[in-house]
Amino acid sequence: MTNEKMNSVNPGNDFNYRRKKNAEEMKHQVITFALMIFLTLIAFTAVAYDGFSSWFTIPFILLLAVIQVAYQLYYFMHMSHKGHEMPAIFMYSGILVAFLTVLTFVTIIWW
Amino acid sequence: MQAEEKWTAETWPASPERQTLEGKNKFIGFWLFLGGETVLFATLFATYLALKDKVPSPEHALAKDIFELPLVFATTMILLTSSLTSVYAMYHMKNFQFRKMMLWLGVTVALGASFLVLEIYEFNHYVHEFHHTFTSSAFGSAFFTLTGFHGAHVAFGLIWIVTLMVRNAKRGLNLYNAPKFYLSSLYWHFIDVVWVFIFTVVYLMGMVG
Repeated sequence: MTNEKMNSVNPGNDFNYRRKKNAEEMKHQVITFALMIFLTLIAFTAVAYDGFSSWFTIPFILLLAVIQVAYQLYYFMHMSHKGHEMPAIFMYSGILVAFLTVLTFVTIIWW
Repeated sequence: MQAEEKWTAETWPASPERQTLEGKNKFIGFWLFLGGETVLFATLFATYLALKDKVPSPEHALAKDIFELPLVFATTMILLTSSLTSVYAMYHMKNFQFRKMMLWLGVTVALGASFLVLEIYEFNHYVHEFHHTFTSSAFGSAFFTLTGFHGAHVAFGLIWIVTLMVRNAKRGLNLYNAPKFYLSSLYWHFIDVVWVFIFTVVYLMGMVG
């Protein structure tokens, strides 16, 4: 982990700055949430609508899910913040194994 | 000791969850656990995909017969919203506003509990309307293992957050409990991450066929 300086015990100007920064971040989180709801609505609509073939719908809703999970990890779980190098290694390793596991089970399993 | 120190909103550090050595260790350890959880759920997803609609005889219900969009939509919206409310709780934690943090955690718990109630209703519906049970077919086993494991995570998350709220109700925020609250919110977000794939892979893809 990087050895960043996180302790800031100087009251006053620093306090107001941090409050503002936190409020700003919270605003971005709400925008992220709105986007996530929007992606969910699109996915449900795509499935409810009969006009699309499943060859289009399935990859499309999977893509929407991946985007939504990236939002969740990087914004809600703060992986975009500093000091998340190790969490990123753990998650990407997990995702790699997860991907291979699912790929195996949908290709070479036949019963 | 720094962990027991009294803080004010002015002196409260910017990243209280990683201020102490214990907090840093928990943070790393918990992310490692989440990486492992990713693999655990992948195995359940893989099993589900391999055994989807594998039933012993034609009278058994298939995925496209049993799932209903409105119910899944409701549970999805509830869980997504509970993810946002737990972001609000951590926002107030970083601002050293203990009461507001507790309030938002309370909202998160209420939403999580309503998700569980709907899921229990849903499972009950499958068992009684469609005779789709854990032992009725390979499809049933794979379905209930995957969604049930997620439901158990929701239940565990609820117990975890409620326990933290009760234990720290009179203590207020300090560097001893800030990492605990932070990790419980990470766990809650992860439950939502898994749900995004469940509603997409199990329910929506199940409806498509």
